[in-house]
Amino acid sequence: MSPLILAYLSLFCALASGITALNAERYPWLLRYGSSIWLGLCGLLAVGAGGWSLIDEISLIDQVRLGLPWLHWHLKLDPLSGFFFIVVGLLVLAVSLYAPGYLQEYVHSKIRSLASLGLFTGLFVFGMLLVLLADDAFVFMVAWELMSVSSYFLVVYQHQHSANRRAAFLYLLMAHMGGLAILLGFGVLASFGGSFTFDAMRAANLSLAWASIAFALTFFGFGMKAGMVPLHAWLPEAHPVAPSHISALMSGVMLKIAIYGLIRFTYDLLGDIQWQWGLAVLIIGAASTLLGVLYALMQHDLKRLLAYHSVENIGIILMGLGLSMIFINAGRPALGVLGLIAALYHTLNHALFKGLLFLGAGAVLHASHENDLNNMGGLIRRLPQTAIFFLIGCLAISGLPPLNGFVSEWLTFQAALQAPSLASGVLRTIIPITAALLALSAALAAACFVKVYGVAFLGVARSHKVAHAHEVDIGMRAGMGLLAVLCVIFGIFPAAVINLIDAIPQMLLGVKPVSATAQGWLWLTPISPRVASYSAPLVVIGIVLFALISYVLMRAHPVKFRRGYPWDCGFGALNSRMQYTATAFSMPIRRIFAPVWDITEQIEELHNPTQPQRTEIIRHQLHVQDKSWSRLYEPIGMLVIAAARRVSRIQTGSIHTYLAYSFFTLLLLLWVVT
Amino acid sequence: MELAQLSLFNQAVLVLAALALLTSFLMLAQGRKLPLIYTYGWQGVLLAVTTALVAYVTGHTHLYISAALTLALKALLIPWLLHRLAVRLNVQRENEPIAYPSLLLLAGAALVVFSYYVSLPIVQFAASATRNIIAVSMSIVLLGMLLMITRRRAMAQVIGFMSMENGLFFAGVVSTYGMPMIVELGIAFDVLVAAILFGVFFFQMRASIDSLDVDRLNRLREVDE
Amino acid sequence: MTAWLLAALQTLLFLFMAPLLAGWVKRVKCHMQNRSAPSLFQPYRDMAKLFRKHTVLAEHASWVFRTTPYIVFGATILTAAVVPLVAVQLPTTAIADVIVLVGFLALARFFTALAGMDIGTAFGGMGASREMMIGALAEPVMLMTVFTMAMTASTTNLSEAVLFTLNSGLVLRPSFVFAILGLMMVAVAETGRVPVDNPATHLELTMIHEAMILEYSGRHLALIEWAAQIKLMIYAVLIANIFLPWGIAAEFTTEALGVGAVAITVKLMGLAIVLVVWETVMAKMRLFRAPQFLGFAFLLSLLGMLTHVILETGG
Repeated sequence: MSPLILAYLSLFCALASGITALNAERYPWLLRYGSSIWLGLCGLLAVGAGGWSLIDEISLIDQVRLGLPWLHWHLKLDPLSGFFFIVVGLLVLAVSLYAPGYLQEYVHSKIRSLASLGLFTGLFVFGMLLVLLADDAFVFMVAWELMSVSSYFLVVYQHQHSANRRAAFLYLLMAHMGGLAILLGFGVLASFGGSFTFDAMRAANLSLAWASIAFALTFFGFGMKAGMVPLHAWLPEAHPVAPSHISALMSGVMLKIAIYGLIRFTYDLLGDIQWQWGLAVLIIGAASTLLGVLYALMQHDLKRLLAYHSVENIGIILMGLGLSMIFINAGRPALGVLGLIAALYHTLNHALFKGLLFLGAGAVLHASHENDLNNMGGLIRRLPQTAIFFLIGCLAISGLPPLNGFVSEWLTFQAALQAPSLASGVLRTIIPITAALLALSAALAAACFVKVYGVAFLGVARSHKVAHAHEVDIGMRAGMGLLAVLCVIFGIFPAAVINLIDAIPQMLLGVKPVSATAQGWLWLTPISPRVASYSAPLVVIGIVLFALISYVLMRAHPVKFRRGYPWDCGFGALNSRMQYTATAFSMPIRRIFAPVWDITEQIEELHNPTQPQRTEIIRHQLHVQDKSWSRLYEPIGMLVIAAARRVSRIQTGSIHTYLAYSFFTLLLLLWVVT
Repeated sequence: MELAQLSLFNQAVLVLAALALLTSFLMLAQGRKLPLIYTYGWQGVLLAVTTALVAYVTGHTHLYISAALTLALKALLIPWLLHRLAVRLNVQRENEPIAYPSLLLLAGAALVVFSYYVSLPIVQFAASATRNIIAVSMSIVLLGMLLMITRRRAMAQVIGFMSMENGLFFAGVVSTYGMPMIVELGIAFDVLVAAILFGVFFFQMRASIDSLDVDRLNRLREVDE
Repeated sequence: MTAWLLAALQTLLFLFMAPLLAGWVKRVKCHMQNRSAPSLFQPYRDMAKLFRKHTVLAEHASWVFRTTPYIVFGATILTAAVVPLVAVQLPTTAIADVIVLVGFLALARFFTALAGMDIGTAFGGMGASREMMIGALAEPVMLMTVFTMAMTASTTNLSEAVLFTLNSGLVLRPSFVFAILGLMMVAVAETGRVPVDNPATHLELTMIHEAMILEYSGRHLALIEWAAQIKLMIYAVLIANIFLPWGIAAEFTTEALGVGAVAITVKLMGLAIVLVVWETVMAKMRLFRAPQFLGFAFLLSLLGMLTHVILETGG
């Protein structure tokens, strides 16, 4: 028994979950319970494999005789893959608990093919896990394509609506463009290294220009998959359209596989990191963070909002990676390790809380069939436990202590604060500015999630469907509860988590983050206790102590309370339409940051014909569009179509022209051969 | 050289340099005429005090005269002239709306970083204690130019031009402890003459195109519309 | 052990002196505006009255509304425990550094905004929306100020930062000049003082903080008001002790602590006078000019950081 065997078993379980669902048309319970159990097993085994490899710092390689006869599959499980195995495994486990309850709706509707849903979910997880095990470019690309294509089929699952088909097509197009760029990047390394295996690529000797080209290609490719600005357009289109547990997997895990690819390629295969790359990653990360959260603030479709927040969090991860690259190049590996740890920790945290939020959005959708925030409200009374879990997710993503989102953001800030140790004055000014942008984004994210939670769960229901929603079943709650508990645990014990993942920087950079946990499990001291320290357990103890004291004091002097009407300015009956909507909540921020979007707002006042001063009806239309569409994607799209039109002139439809083509080609070839 | 190791007077010079940079930023974002003129006056005062302090620290007494000249000319006379001009042209209550002040201020910050980057090679080789101020004075020059570019009113452009000269003078004071007296007097009187000429120019402009908006000067071109 | 005891005592001092600071501010303001002032201990009496009263809960208020006052108060106490008031080198300052402090205040703001939205009226939503916007704009300013301080002192631990400034003697730093101005502007915005918000008004057009807590009554309101007073004191102590730390106790002897207590009292009284003059001279800005105010504060803190890199670290 070795971690690699566990990894193979988890792959097998993923495949089994797909195959079990093949007969789901006749036996729907096969999809609901059969494949979910296999998925759950897969998740557990993946966590086991990854944890074992990470804690014991084991690296295992293997060659499997699949693929082409002269090109075996090379597979490797090392601490970096192990860490991402844990990320995938935890989320797959939570989704497997959640799926039976959620899929009940699909089973009862009987419109679509259940078999394809189960099969492609299994293949999707299989593809992701195989990417993590890949030790040569061939396996990597095969698994990457498997992952992309099976998720395409999942995104296009509800293909009755043309909007869904368009979104899925955009997703497929961009996934393949990214895949092509990654393939070219691997190609550069393979041509210098002599073969496709990662070992050969590690040993390859690249000139600076070629290394930069390879880095740029793979950064483009992996960044497109991860959803960095401006290559993020597919994210907010594809994630809302997929079934909610698939959105959780895509947003929580698939984006992280892209980050894994970037780390593997840059730190492991390329090795010699330049500070210019780090600066590019840092700046694009900062731009993604700010723009992601600004776009998210304007959304009132819950899942689209969450998808834009994924863009923001990927930006934070990229910022950590960029800082790490800059410090490594400057000869400060200890600080580079800090940046890498911050990025990896945020990867784990984002998977957990974004998965939790998407599962919660799915629960709301399941209970009320409502996606639009402006029609929700008061769900805290209808879905009490979902509300608690969703609140934990909101607190975590807003980066509030003592939960996990705060710890990784704190580590990123600490890494940025070490900028004065760099020699370059320009870097010393740019890094604090990007840190200020990160602070702005974190505060805007908190604003966004006050909006989400306040409009969706608090207040009074704004529509009939929402007023009669029912709490979701135990499986769905268990899935969300698992993720919520993990969010809390990873927030309270950051030193333990860093101890777990310190094998990765040891493997990639040869340095361990010793100082971070030097003061024991209670204190997190990234550089030294004098520079910065944070004790999450003591904070939690302080909170608990305070809660206890206040409870005792309040119980000692009980005071009556009664229910009454809220203040209504004397106007009388308040209805649910008088509450703030999501659009209204974000209006101040829309006015302040107006240049960031394409906004068209139309206000129409209809007057009473007999009394022209009285306004009877006001119609408000607001359309907020992502600027990257009009500035980047549409021009490129039109360019491509124009070029295609020019090229299509060679297809004249006339037989004579085609014969002439073959004739002239034959003449050319004959001439060349002689 | 660490800040704590410098003498108190050198630290004061650094603080005054930073405050002069702040006045440059304040002028960038200020749309109203009179506060703009007063801010320029304050920049002159800061300059004069810095010159006096440098004179005290280094013992070059001719800088005291330079400081007095700066105070008289840049902090008192020219702002008074401009104020009088504004009142006579009846533009003292005018507010020029600035399109995106935050963007402008960020551009200013970028210019400060850029001038720091440009002045790094110089900074390495200078020997005096206040060599880092060269970056600040270059920023003041560039910010003055940015003020000239982004404004439509002639008055604001004049003040931008003047503050460019302030920056150059500042650089001269702190890096080479003043310029030869003849040069200083020459520049000072040049600036005074320029101020008077601008006054005449404003009236002429107003008379011919009935506005002080420099964008409208394009009516004077040869090509027919 | 004595250090922890001292830390607990300091936190209690913080808690119980905050209403006194609020009373002092009110008194000075009344004198400046030629009105007769209430007693210095009026805030204590108001709080005692509120603690005794019955609580009225709105119809649709959920458990979020009921628990928010405790969470807000708890987060504020934790923040107060971390800030050095009379003495440095206390162990509680190692639990959380200044970035965590900002996080605690953000936690309190998050829950207050949620409580505002819980009632289901327009006031709460309006207050929550405005408060989150102002908070979002103030946070980068605060962090940039913190960075300037942290880059100078090479630490984010408040205790160490104060010790650094104490031990450097009288040094005029341009970055600190800008940072203290920026921090003062952030303090005004975050504690809801003129010109961002008027703490004395209850008109819906002008309120931000008041709109969120409109429905609170009885002991809930007492806790939230107390938390607001503590927050004002926290910002004042931060400004006083980070930038002007002379007098703070560096050892735990009785004279040092006594000197520290007197020093901080004098500094807080002085800062309160500055605040009152500022509030009397300025008029409240309309909501959409608050971003310009905070943008200017950001410019100041950015200049502070830039002058630190350019002027203070020797190229």
